[in-house]
Amino acid sequence: MLGYIIRRVLWIIPVLFVVSLITFSLMHAAPGGPWDREKKLSASTIAHLNEKYGLSDPIHIQYLSWVGNMVRGDLGPSYKYIDRSVNDIVADGIGTTAHLGIMAFLLSVILGIPLGVIAALRHNKIPDYLATFVSVIGIATPSFVAAILLLVFFSVTLRWFPTHGWDGWAEPDTMVLPTIALSLFPIAQIARFTRASMLEVTRKDYVRTAQSKGLRERSIVVVHMIRNALIPVVTILGPLLAFLITGSFIIETIFSVPGIGRYYVTSIGQRDYGVIMAMTMLYAAAIAVLNLVVDVLYAYIDPRIRYS
Amino acid sequence: MSVSDDPSRVAGGPALTDLPDDVSVATEEGRRLAEQLADNRRHARKLLEVRNLSTHFYTRDGVVHAVDDVSFELDYGETLGIVGESGCGKSVTALSLTRLIASPPGKIVSGQIIFDGIDVLKLSNEEMRLLRGKKIGFIFQDPMTSLNPTLTIGYQIAESAKTHLGLSRKAADDRAVELLSKVGIPRSRERMGDYPHQFSGGMRQRVMIAIALACDPMLLLADEPTTALDVTIQAQILELIRSLSDEFGTAVILITHDLGIAAGMCHRINVMYAGRIVETGLVDDIYEAPRMPYAWGLLDSLPRLDEVKGARLRTIEGMPPDLIDPTSECRFAVRCKYVHDRCRSEEPELTPRDGEGHMARCFGTEPEGWIQ
Amino acid sequence: MPNRTEALEKPAVAVRRSASLWGDAWRRLIRNRLAVVGGVLVVTFFSLAILGPFIAPYEYQAQHLQEILANNNRPIAPFGSEFFLGTDNLGRDLLSRLLDGAQISMTVALVVQAVVLLIGLPIGAAAAWFGGRVDTYLMRFTDVIYAFPDLLFIILLSVAFRETFFGKAMNGLLLVFVAIGLTAWVGMARLVRGQLLSLKETEFVEAARAIGVSDFRIVTRHLLPNAMGPMIVAVTLGIPGAILAEATLAFIGIGAQAPRASWGSLVANGQPFLRSSPHLVIFPALAVATALISFTFLGDGLRDALDPKLKGKQ
Repeated sequence: MLGYIIRRVLWIIPVLFVVSLITFSLMHAAPGGPWDREKKLSASTIAHLNEKYGLSDPIHIQYLSWVGNMVRGDLGPSYKYIDRSVNDIVADGIGTTAHLGIMAFLLSVILGIPLGVIAALRHNKIPDYLATFVSVIGIATPSFVAAILLLVFFSVTLRWFPTHGWDGWAEPDTMVLPTIALSLFPIAQIARFTRASMLEVTRKDYVRTAQSKGLRERSIVVVHMIRNALIPVVTILGPLLAFLITGSFIIETIFSVPGIGRYYVTSIGQRDYGVIMAMTMLYAAAIAVLNLVVDVLYAYIDPRIRYS
Repeated sequence: MSVSDDPSRVAGGPALTDLPDDVSVATEEGRRLAEQLADNRRHARKLLEVRNLSTHFYTRDGVVHAVDDVSFELDYGETLGIVGESGCGKSVTALSLTRLIASPPGKIVSGQIIFDGIDVLKLSNEEMRLLRGKKIGFIFQDPMTSLNPTLTIGYQIAESAKTHLGLSRKAADDRAVELLSKVGIPRSRERMGDYPHQFSGGMRQRVMIAIALACDPMLLLADEPTTALDVTIQAQILELIRSLSDEFGTAVILITHDLGIAAGMCHRINVMYAGRIVETGLVDDIYEAPRMPYAWGLLDSLPRLDEVKGARLRTIEGMPPDLIDPTSECRFAVRCKYVHDRCRSEEPELTPRDGEGHMARCFGTEPEGWIQ
Repeated sequence: MPNRTEALEKPAVAVRRSASLWGDAWRRLIRNRLAVVGGVLVVTFFSLAILGPFIAPYEYQAQHLQEILANNNRPIAPFGSEFFLGTDNLGRDLLSRLLDGAQISMTVALVVQAVVLLIGLPIGAAAAWFGGRVDTYLMRFTDVIYAFPDLLFIILLSVAFRETFFGKAMNGLLLVFVAIGLTAWVGMARLVRGQLLSLKETEFVEAARAIGVSDFRIVTRHLLPNAMGPMIVAVTLGIPGAILAEATLAFIGIGAQAPRASWGSLVANGQPFLRSSPHLVIFPALAVATALISFTFLGDGLRDALDPKLKGKQ
């Protein structure tokens, strides 16, 4: 198992390398540059700026120097926010983005799994229909729509929650709406998968064996059914985490959450190369690590899986 | 609530004092059981009496009469075979005994099941649960799918001992180790922490047997316990079931489609066809002188070593009838070589034949019948 | 306890209907009420997308300021006026714009899945068929793409190449469609590979090989048709993801350029007027929601109908 984990961690390195290479090439292949403004800068100013930031070097030299700096922990300068380095921008926002993502993930699991389990245990009864209704709403509502509707209803009309900002646990009510808006879809997906998987497990021979042993209803459900039903659910957690991570920038934008996501779109438009590279790498690294965690978790709950 | 306090217990009959000689009194369990047996025989009680049991399935296409008016009895410590082709209702009969019929769509619509003096169909779900696993052990057909893949086999065996016998975790584990060695799994303590996928099919079926016997039940229901196994393993597993049921004095209902297996294991046999018992009797009587054309067919379709080389395996032509709307004819009539007009207009009853308790459902083999 | 019918021995039935796999699947599908509703809605959406320009009451980009201002004091006609669903803040008929949006969303559905099949199918099939090193390299490649944060990749492509010739094709939409497809094919490649690997070992393939059928023919004539069911399901269930991605991008201003509007950009445009004219957000949001639900229901129904074993997995 340890060998497997080490190999997977090492595998992340070439993945990130390829991701950085693709991102770098795409950005530089795209027309335009960081100095395009409404009011055109003079050719000599641009040449001067390019010289200063090394943008007139051959492309592979630029890439290698970016890699060299990154390995040393220097993500380079921002061309848009001249007074800030990319390290500052990332350091300012990453905590908030991670916090929002973790909150939304926990909420999705804590609500999604019980919803699915209850729906399956009360198959074709009212709790099942209610849970199905909730998951249909979750699937049908894009996070930006959910965010807008929550914002208008709970913040503007009812004034229960602030319309923007994020203060973490210092002011928990700032966290409520962004977290709900972000987790609506994952809740629905987890509930759907859990329900289908529970219904599948109900038909398994080993559940009949458990019944024939005269076990208590509760231990049949908890020990024999839920654990097995969660195995396929774990496999979708990886993609859902990726969804939460990359989806957070929409929510950050709508609720003005000071995370890193909201810089992404603007930095691409402005060809702020350093910020784009840093964001892409961060997101890719987070997805790779979280997928590894999910796979290890998978092996943990299914003894038939043994990585070697 | 304990099962034995149940008011639905049926009162005992006249006394019988003989101690049965087929129970080993070498072990503690054996002695205890011998006394219990003696007590039960004193009251001339059967371990199991099934009367007019009918189980239906309410499907989209109609009501399937899977088990139709089935009655039989089982003595303490006796081994009964229920034989028939797939879909004849033998598994549903076994599941009905422990009320494990999935509902919906299944439902026990009528009849009575008296187990050890208890009217099973009148028990609450909780009382029924206390009976399952504790007094009635179940072995299922496919050991590959009947064990929970995510739990250690030690846990799966100890589980029922903990639930029903109130054993501590430690004591239940010890019991599981003991059971594992009893069913012939070497290094049993080490293997407690293994998962089912680390065992072969035959070994898994041994684990299933250990689970079924964990609480020393009075009745073991073995539903095609060897069908999914290699032929060589089959014999070992059957031998294991026989020796353990002898040792513990457990009654066994062996469900199989293989008349040969039933003949080797059982005292008596019920032959089922299309939801009904069509012949019942002692093994020897049925094997030597079957009185129902379907049973002949079953016997004939067994391959024999003394058969002429190149001879074709004999089969029973045709398919069992639709159980959705049983007609008022003999259910085997469409496939029967000896069919007469009478068979098509009314259904025969189970009537006595030569031999102890030997009964058959066939006009042709009745004393005045045309098949002799 | 929920029911457990399948675990029981099914009583044998004398008359057995023999039917093809597809016939059986069709019967199972039309018995599934949600799937039928989803299917009907999907057909409706496609019809509206095709017929939109002919049945729309107005041109989607036409402004009707004079008519509106005659009855209102601002250019937004309310819901239920002579403009059936009202108009936006520039006096454009919302229903006509929604119909135009349907065309965008349904094109996304088709183009993205076409890209997915075009890339995922050959890669998955090649990996499974050649095995060995080819398989290793191809699967490593898909692993890398899988690790790419997909929405970011789409944004990167769409924004970076917005000003190029390709980026301007189809009013900025083609680029977005291709970008979405470029991130979505990994699942298809893995599915095809998995399906083919399991089919490759079956007897009918061995039989075909034994009589000297060429590799290409075995893959195209024997393997792919047998892997069709799961692929159809994956394609259908991939569509809501594509529609959602396009709407999300449009919401932040990437993709369809004015005056055309995707449902996502309609929501974004309506957002400032949400309190006074909620219809500007609600109807586009409902359109997205209905499309997402219909494809999901249809996909779920197809999955249950085509391969009961796939239930609960994806």
